[in-house]
Amino acid sequence: MSNRSRDRIFSRLQAAGKPASSASAATPGLPFEALGLDERVDKLRGLMEAVRTEIHVVEATNWIESLKGILRKREIKTLLYAPDTAIGDALTKQWSADDGSDRLPELVVYEGAIEEFKDRLFQIDAAITSTQGGIAETGAIILWPDRKEPRLMSLVPPIHIAVLAAEKIYTTFSEAIITENWPDKMPTNVVLISGPSKTADIELTLAFGVHGPKELIVFILKN
Amino acid sequence: MKDDHVKPKTVYYFGTCLMDMFYPEAGMAGIKLIQREGVQVIFPRQQTCCGQPAYNSGFPREARKVALMQMQLFPKQYPIVVPSGSCAGMMKHHYPLLFKNDTRLDTVQQFSNRIVELSEFLVRVLKIKLKDRGSPIKVTWHSSCHALREMRVVEDSKSLVRQLQNVELVELQNEKECCGFGGTFAVKQPAISGAMVSDKIEDVTQTGATRLITGDCGCLMNIGGAMEYQNAPIRGQHLAEFLWERLNGK
Amino acid sequence: MANDIEFDFRQNVSRALKDKQLRKNFKFAMGNFILKRKQIFSDDRETEQLRTIGSAIKVRALTRLPLLLEQLEARCTHNGIQVHWAETTAEANQQVLRIMNTHRATRLVKGKSMVSEEMGLNEFLQENGIEAIETDLGEFIIQLNAEKPSHIIVPAIHKNKEQIARIFHEKIPDTPYTENVEALNAIARKTLRQKFFKAQVGLSGVNFAVAETGTLCLVENEGNGRMCTTLPPVHIAVMGLEKVVEKLADLPPLLRLLTGSATGQLITTYVNMITSPRKGSEKDGPREVHLVILDNGRSEILADPQLRQTLHCIRCGTCLNHCPVYTRIGGHAYGFVYPGPIGMILNPQVEGLKKAGVLATASSLCEACAEVCPVKIPIPQLLRRLRNESYSSDTFCTVKECGYQRNLIDSLAWKGWEFMNTHPRINAVGQKIMGILGPRVPPLGPLKQWTRYRALPKFAGKSLHQLVEEQGVENE
Repeated sequence: MSNRSRDRIFSRLQAAGKPASSASAATPGLPFEALGLDERVDKLRGLMEAVRTEIHVVEATNWIESLKGILRKREIKTLLYAPDTAIGDALTKQWSADDGSDRLPELVVYEGAIEEFKDRLFQIDAAITSTQGGIAETGAIILWPDRKEPRLMSLVPPIHIAVLAAEKIYTTFSEAIITENWPDKMPTNVVLISGPSKTADIELTLAFGVHGPKELIVFILKN
Repeated sequence: MKDDHVKPKTVYYFGTCLMDMFYPEAGMAGIKLIQREGVQVIFPRQQTCCGQPAYNSGFPREARKVALMQMQLFPKQYPIVVPSGSCAGMMKHHYPLLFKNDTRLDTVQQFSNRIVELSEFLVRVLKIKLKDRGSPIKVTWHSSCHALREMRVVEDSKSLVRQLQNVELVELQNEKECCGFGGTFAVKQPAISGAMVSDKIEDVTQTGATRLITGDCGCLMNIGGAMEYQNAPIRGQHLAEFLWERLNGK
Repeated sequence: MANDIEFDFRQNVSRALKDKQLRKNFKFAMGNFILKRKQIFSDDRETEQLRTIGSAIKVRALTRLPLLLEQLEARCTHNGIQVHWAETTAEANQQVLRIMNTHRATRLVKGKSMVSEEMGLNEFLQENGIEAIETDLGEFIIQLNAEKPSHIIVPAIHKNKEQIARIFHEKIPDTPYTENVEALNAIARKTLRQKFFKAQVGLSGVNFAVAETGTLCLVENEGNGRMCTTLPPVHIAVMGLEKVVEKLADLPPLLRLLTGSATGQLITTYVNMITSPRKGSEKDGPREVHLVILDNGRSEILADPQLRQTLHCIRCGTCLNHCPVYTRIGGHAYGFVYPGPIGMILNPQVEGLKKAGVLATASSLCEACAEVCPVKIPIPQLLRRLRNESYSSDTFCTVKECGYQRNLIDSLAWKGWEFMNTHPRINAVGQKIMGILGPRVPPLGPLKQWTRYRALPKFAGKSLHQLVEEQGVENE
């Protein structure tokens, strides 16, 4: 029974005793120099592009036009999105303002829970999500999935599009954790994403698009 | 060594057991290189072995007895020069570990603090200048694991070789890879050791060098012995002996 | 216990060394990893600082281990993660089975987990009528071929693409033979996507478990881990109890060290941090998350102040990559779950010295591993300790089955060595005799092993002692 095992494990752990020197209370982090906004954007871009992320640095006012271009070019038929987010709201408006002759994908909503939506989800061409922020030092976006933008949106569809506000790019991962005080508010799931899925398991030859999305497209919005 | 760059008047010399048995000329060359700079060399006659073979094989008690014996022979505060990365490493880094829970630890530490490897001593303290009187030759260098990772003297060793004008130093592709000696490892796991030394010889051969220079007699015995076994046209030689030869135009 | 077959290391080594393809595959792969690590850790000073930090984090965690495990359990439970404790691998297997049975599940999709290898989970589940499908590409490949992983990070590294092409062609229905890497990956993606879709339970390991927040942190490149931990309605995470760290702030340096050391990356494609099952009105994620915490000898290792450093290990595999022995014999030769330098110190402590102690002799103590270990495990020093324990007498004996190698011949030989080296005059005479007899001594025992690959060194006519005497070098 797990509880008896637990007791025996703990009695052994406690018997292991304290070592001669007790460790310090906290470990000082590696010193880092906070980068300026443009440097952070450039660094993140460089690192993510190196692992085949497609990055578009655009003005906050006209990113949706850029998005439409990309969707048309790839002939995306269905775009999964979250209408009750800021970007979702903007997309709804822009789509309805469109004259309809333009071969834009159908906007799809994550209806119901995964149990009901699974079949549809696996047929979606692309999904678009917001982001919590980004990390320049390692080149990654931060996602905090929630009930509006569920976890599988950024995993199942072969194309994942993410929208990142430039000023929410941190220099380091530690900075993000400390600034936003993550320990006090960890959500169900946090995921850092640095590019499309990949593997080098066969002769160390890099191949993209294994189980996660084959493509990651990130819009970095300035001002 | 505390005063790294102050030239001492006198030093001790620990010749190592392998040099004593198999490469005494190299041992003498090391002494002469020091004497050449006007430094007095003392060689306590009762020295035998640093104790590493037992220490690595699971017999620390026997190693401690031998280590204590050696330490007693070097009582004065002179630096102790050792022409081997592994023996120097043993006496400098491992003696304090060997005597960690011993009341004599302080004395041991004071002994260990005085240990300096030969290349390090020649380059950083004596700052020797070498004039090459030998004929042109192509050599390659093997870094012993302890010279590389414990004593960190490989650049010193190579800088000495590079001072020789008629010597072309070609580097190995896998210079830092262990040659497979490891003391008793060579006879306890002979197949693996054999594979490692064979690969090392392949590496040495592809350099086109006629001489393999190294600072450790264990590696020398291993690689040199294997080259001889395979009838390879390359000779292994200890750094000290090589330098002395070149200085004297042999 | 994962390994019941007779373990003959000598035979394993012999077989591995003769396998030219294996040696070629490993030489290529390890050389690559060494280069990648050097490129990502190009600043020596910064790397050294990072390693010091990593080591300090692990020391701090191990110092407080029982407390942190209690905290982890409390936070996880509060968040809705069900925590189970397993002393042995058998217990852990039973716990997984019980969860599967509760949900009447017969299919399990697995992310890569060395602890699950330790448990022999796949075989156990199969015996109980459950299909455990490996979804990490490397594990998938070797599962098709009924093999065990040969490396902690890249389980199929011992295979080249021709061998993989053949495995796919022969073992996956309706699959043509192709050596094209993109095509092989596409086949794996298509096959496994079906499995993900239908999966009832997903299983994963844990890279780090944060006590402060009750968060399980997992890293991966492929996306199969996220699939296993998000899509099925039930997620089971298995971890060794030494994987707990104190604070969320401890993660960034450890992650940097792990991904840099394991694959030469600044960061993996995904860093997945799980703190609870599906909550409230969330639409996906597992409804149940279970955490199985395994002991299997770790609590005993913790008791020894020196050997507990074994538990620093973050399973990056870089010691394997840099080991000249591992590069030549490959992972399978080690016979137990963990190969390479970490395996050489871990396996004997868990399995006992009698069974696995031979592994501790298979090192030349070159220190290449210690030089690169991100959490500064002094592997060569621990190997010496295990060698000491193999021969030790009752006064100093901690590891399971210590003293198993004690024998009269070795004891006498080393006592003899000690005698000679503490009696210099007798030693000198002995050397003289060896000088004369040397070439005539028939190669027996260690000499025989030496002469398999090398000429014997020749005793010099005059020893160094004699030369210094002759040349008037001072004695005092």
